[in-house]
Amino acid sequence: MAGIPHDHYEPKSGIEKWLHERLKIVSLVYDTLMIPTPKNLNWWWIWGIVLAFCLGLQIITGIILAMHYTPNTSMAFSSVEHIMRDVNGGYFIRYLHMNGATLFFLAVYIHIFRGLFYGSYKAPREVTWIVGMLIYLLMMATAFMGYVLPWGQMSYWGATVITGLFGAIPGIGPHIQTWLLGGPSVSNATLNRFFSLHYLLPFIIAGLVIVHIWAFHSTGNNNPTGVEVRRGSKEEAEKDTLPFWPYFVLKDLFALGIVVTIFFAIVGFMPNYFGSPDNYIMADSLKTPPSIEPEWYFLPFYAILRAFTQDVWVVQLAHWVTFGIVDAKFFGVLAMFGAIAVLALVPWLDTSTVRSGRFRPSFKWWFRLLVVDFLVLMWCGSQFPTALIGWISLIAATYWFAYFLVILPLLGVLERPLPTPATIEEDFNAHYGTGGAAHPAE
Amino acid sequence: MIRKLTLSAIAATALLMAGMAQAQEAATPAIPDVPFSFDGPFGTYDQHQLQRGLQVYTEVCSACHGLDLVAMRTLGDPGGPHLSQDQVKAYAAAFPVNDTASNPQFLDSSGNPRKLIPSDHFPSNNSMGAPDLSVMAKARAAFHGPYKLGINQLIHGIGGPQYIVALLTGFTDKTKNLAGSTVYQNHIFPGGWIRMPPPLAAGQVTFADGSPNDLKSEAEDVAAFLMWAAEPHMDARKHAGFDAVFLLVILTSLLYLTNKRIWADVKGKKKADA
Repeated sequence: MAGIPHDHYEPKSGIEKWLHERLKIVSLVYDTLMIPTPKNLNWWWIWGIVLAFCLGLQIITGIILAMHYTPNTSMAFSSVEHIMRDVNGGYFIRYLHMNGATLFFLAVYIHIFRGLFYGSYKAPREVTWIVGMLIYLLMMATAFMGYVLPWGQMSYWGATVITGLFGAIPGIGPHIQTWLLGGPSVSNATLNRFFSLHYLLPFIIAGLVIVHIWAFHSTGNNNPTGVEVRRGSKEEAEKDTLPFWPYFVLKDLFALGIVVTIFFAIVGFMPNYFGSPDNYIMADSLKTPPSIEPEWYFLPFYAILRAFTQDVWVVQLAHWVTFGIVDAKFFGVLAMFGAIAVLALVPWLDTSTVRSGRFRPSFKWWFRLLVVDFLVLMWCGSQFPTALIGWISLIAATYWFAYFLVILPLLGVLERPLPTPATIEEDFNAHYGTGGAAHPAE
Repeated sequence: MIRKLTLSAIAATALLMAGMAQAQEAATPAIPDVPFSFDGPFGTYDQHQLQRGLQVYTEVCSACHGLDLVAMRTLGDPGGPHLSQDQVKAYAAAFPVNDTASNPQFLDSSGNPRKLIPSDHFPSNNSMGAPDLSVMAKARAAFHGPYKLGINQLIHGIGGPQYIVALLTGFTDKTKNLAGSTVYQNHIFPGGWIRMPPPLAAGQVTFADGSPNDLKSEAEDVAAFLMWAAEPHMDARKHAGFDAVFLLVILTSLLYLTNKRIWADVKGKKKADA
């Protein structure tokens, strides 16, 4: 795999040969685990295993929760409380699942921004990137539907607002919304289908994760220099790489240990910190909460949705040009989905031939600004929409689009990148001595 | 590299927010942080306080508020009020069903309320339209700042019980008429006017153990009880969390040493950072 020359599995004993002729499963596991991995990967490369852990955790805790949960509007809220009070260890399993979503999104955002900085999306890794974006979209859908299940006030009103976004599509929108909800408003039918899909989608995510891993095992990992592994001969490749097992498995597990320790401390000591108190009030279709606020991981896109109000000239222009078909609400929806679309299209928007941001002096600053921009949007999404918040959201949303649609395409032409190291080995040796006792001085 | 970037991102965000102090306009007065025995990672419920709080709920709140997610038998659980089996039985049998319309499960064949037993839940109570209190202590927050980031919750906790104490002690003497019913002024309540008359007064409940029964003590006791009602397994959860963190620290330390050993031959000595 990966086009990087390396040793393949050879069945030795009789039973190994017998199995290998019939099913090449040991070979598959061996080649997957022993894949040559650039030896200069830094600590930003550990979030993949955290994500794998999260998916496993969510599926296992989720299956147990589903054994005790009742997807019915009159019983859902109290069945969650039944889990919290009467099921053995139920309170811990439910809090693991609840906070597992937070860890999942924290990890995926760091993972995505790591890819953005080191150019992991660039050729030949576009498919890995696109599959990753599909996983991210499905994660958002799954998390959104999962949040509806406890049937609290935020569940109900969040579902009302988010499905309302589809209702903003001109013409067919209201029909789509009715179809999604299974009726004119959020109801028992909605809760049942959301439960069904919330159970289904994680398994589709798991399938896509396999494709995601398969894709970057086809191309080989990117690395902090963005320089490709030498593939001329096995000896050459071995100077740039180390097998995934045991080197990166142990490194990843160590990092995972730190992350999971913090995670369990949060679950044990402050499990409701990331939640909204309003979701401990049972859903009431007659009482709209004073502020409807999505979970933190949706806030940046929620801020973009709200940024484009009637008084923004771009919105007015779109309204005029389309003879009123695109109103402010629909424009906001387009902007929100567009903000994710430009992220997915980044392999074709970035024109620079240099992969890693490490060797792109101006890119580095624009990227840092993008990270700040993302955090500012997140904060704006959590605030009551005053005029000032509207302005900040608008500026931040504009920068988000400008980064992908203007800055990245132009930078590739205007920027003069720094020289990249010739090989991964050279970069690695610049940080570490080459082989311990053999080269004591270096 | 990205290390610096993260720091600069945080710094820039903080600066931006500092420049916008006026965006955060506190509509309600700040809720004081009442220290509770169950604060912090190692805090546990005070069994005696929970029993006093149960008494306040029984004698005062239960007249209008239900507690229908809580089973009577859990009053005997360790980590809660921890009453004896006989006390739980006696308590359940003496508990009145005030709102028979909302509790058909507690009516016998002739339509009269039967005696409650430990496996029953507390009755619902919708007679006055008052909200159920089962998870109230988790459904309110006292602390949101700074700038609605909720960072102060890391220090004070989310503040449900503190909110309850502030509300119970936050009444002024003013009333007004709103759409035919009297409302009472309370600055802690959103909007400043609440339909609930001041429920607690100093000396209203007499505790058997002679604990102070001024208004603030009564309010704190019932807030602690309601926190337990909302989160009955808090003690067990924190214990499990501590065990998990303890074991994970050991595991992570072993992984650190293993990882270091494995990479030692490849890395040799780290150079002075270039």
